Amino acid sequence: MADVTATGGTITYREAVAEGIAREMRRDPTVVCLGEDIGAAEGVFKTTVGLFKEFGPRRVWDTPISEQAIVGAAMGAAMTGIRPVAEIMFSDFLACCWDYLANEIPKVRYMTGGQVTVPLVVRTANGGGLGFGAQHSQAVENWALAVPGLKVVAPSTPADVIGLMAASIRSDDPVVFFEHKGLFASKGPAAPEGHVVPLGAAAVVRPGADVTLVALASTVPVALRAAETVAAEGIDAEVVDLRCLVPLDMHTVLDSVGRTSRLVIVEENPYQGGWGATVASIVADEGFESLDAPVRRVAAACVPLPFADSLEQVVLPTADKVAAEVRRLAAY
Amino acid sequence: MTAPADQLTGAATELLGWYEQMAVIRGTEKAAQDLFLAGLVKGTTHLAAGQEAVAVGVSAALRADDYVFATYRGHHHAIARGASPEACLAELMSRATGLCKAKGGSMHLTKADAGMLGSYAIVGSHLPMAVGAAWSATLRGTDQVAVAFFGDGATNIGAFHEALNLAAVWRLPVVFVCENNLYMEYTPIASVTAVPNPAADRAPAYRLPAELIDGNDVVVVRDAAARAVDRARTGGGPTVVEARTYRHFGHSRTDPGTYRPAEEVREWLARDPLAVARDRLSRLGVPDDVVSTVDGRVAELVAAAVSAAKAAPPADPAEALTDVWADGGAQWRT
Repeated sequence: MADVTATGGTITYREAVAEGIAREMRRDPTVVCLGEDIGAAEGVFKTTVGLFKEFGPRRVWDTPISEQAIVGAAMGAAMTGIRPVAEIMFSDFLACCWDYLANEIPKVRYMTGGQVTVPLVVRTANGGGLGFGAQHSQAVENWALAVPGLKVVAPSTPADVIGLMAASIRSDDPVVFFEHKGLFASKGPAAPEGHVVPLGAAAVVRPGADVTLVALASTVPVALRAAETVAAEGIDAEVVDLRCLVPLDMHTVLDSVGRTSRLVIVEENPYQGGWGATVASIVADEGFESLDAPVRRVAAACVPLPFADSLEQVVLPTADKVAAEVRRLAAY
Repeated sequence: MTAPADQLTGAATELLGWYEQMAVIRGTEKAAQDLFLAGLVKGTTHLAAGQEAVAVGVSAALRADDYVFATYRGHHHAIARGASPEACLAELMSRATGLCKAKGGSMHLTKADAGMLGSYAIVGSHLPMAVGAAWSATLRGTDQVAVAFFGDGATNIGAFHEALNLAAVWRLPVVFVCENNLYMEYTPIASVTAVPNPAADRAPAYRLPAELIDGNDVVVVRDAAARAVDRARTGGGPTVVEARTYRHFGHSRTDPGTYRPAEEVREWLARDPLAVARDRLSRLGVPDDVVSTVDGRVAELVAAAVSAAKAAPPADPAEALTDVWADGGAQWRT
């Protein structure tokens, strides 16, 4: 785990993942981790560093490359008194065990009339920007959003990783926890002991009066950079970090749009079927009178993620693309 | 040799109890079929008539705190673990009193408070869940055992192989029980599987012990299950049990099963698990009138279950928007 005191009160997003899990494992002996290479190897992204050393092989379990067994076993354990934290190494691999996330975990409580509870977390490294190519780079948070019965969490800062990890592990509902690969090296203030960020509470990370930027995980820093750019031009942008897609904090979004009258949604998943469409539809329905301009979505292009940096930048949302949309809306 | 009912041996009394459970399942399945034909059961049903001995025999080897995971052909497993015929039929008939409040239906019968943790309709999906429940038992330091019941068709899907491997590697207290009824839906399992015994022949690849047994003899099933459960409970790891059996109806309610040769059907109907059990009871000296008394009691119980389910109120529309989350609600946004 990160030695918070030695790093002068800052911590990386990567370290925050292990720290967040460790804090919950210390307070609750039923929290158990499983996944590929998470134990002695400490994770391919080094997001489980220190866990095996502190908690040992009875709490941190290395699995075969066997995504259905990992998530299926986590489900069976969650139904019988354990709080499993399962790692699926890359979010693209969720497709290998999608039956459990689409058909089993989110439905079992409902279809048994509330007889069973499934308190588990499936953690996964999500998103692009690192040149891993089409099968290790997708932002797939919209896959999870499409399934009623899953809570969907995607933090943007190290402190939120810790606070949202605590809330996710303590949740009696299943949570898909998206850790963004592009943010692992980012640093931020360490979270105090006992830090919990409730699920479904968005954060206004930059107040502003002229336009609302709604962002999630990797697109939060993108939106913040765009806001700085347009600030120099006299446009005052507010940035909302959703933190979760389910529960979706539309109260904060509608409140912000009520003040700014303009909305740009910044999302890394593809435009087609992306989460921004859900946000936009609710704003169109419930915030229509507030709007002075069309709602804009800056999302990934509807293609698989390409390998080359120069091509990835064409596909992914960037601060320049966001700033351009903000200027268009400000001109209304 | 026959004996009065109050002078039966322990073995005879035990077998008579299993016979009664099987008869209750058979009666409930026939009632489900009749109710379907009467238009009172919607959707589909996958009846387990003919396969009762597997459910009852394995359940007889389990403790109340053990776990069971079943398939969409799972009425017999729910009843064998204590679900009432009335609650099951009410579920099929979309009544508020249904086992799952009419939110599951025929394919998802569940009785969690009896360790029957669900019936799953995605083939093979529940094998890893059973592995997880067994893993949970070891993590919590209990000696509970988990059982996954599955059909022959499930042995060709990835989750079966992932489950067997993980259970073997972690040496978990799980018993894999294949109900091989010879047909993967409408297709003979032998024509789509590389080995003759679809579950038992795969076990050696994972260094797991396997037993290939007569699934229509409840005593044989109970004995094999008891060996496997004991091995699991005492740290010996998983076992694969392949029970050969036969369904009396088609795959689902729209299937008359005409793809099955008449001679094969005749042979298997002659080996009906209820007939096999009656034959054993007779050899144990149980008089016919004792068995008839049981049959009469079961018929009354099933008839009462049908009446009660018919009389029950329909599902409450308000229930549609509950039970998504642990707080009982379905709220997904602010």
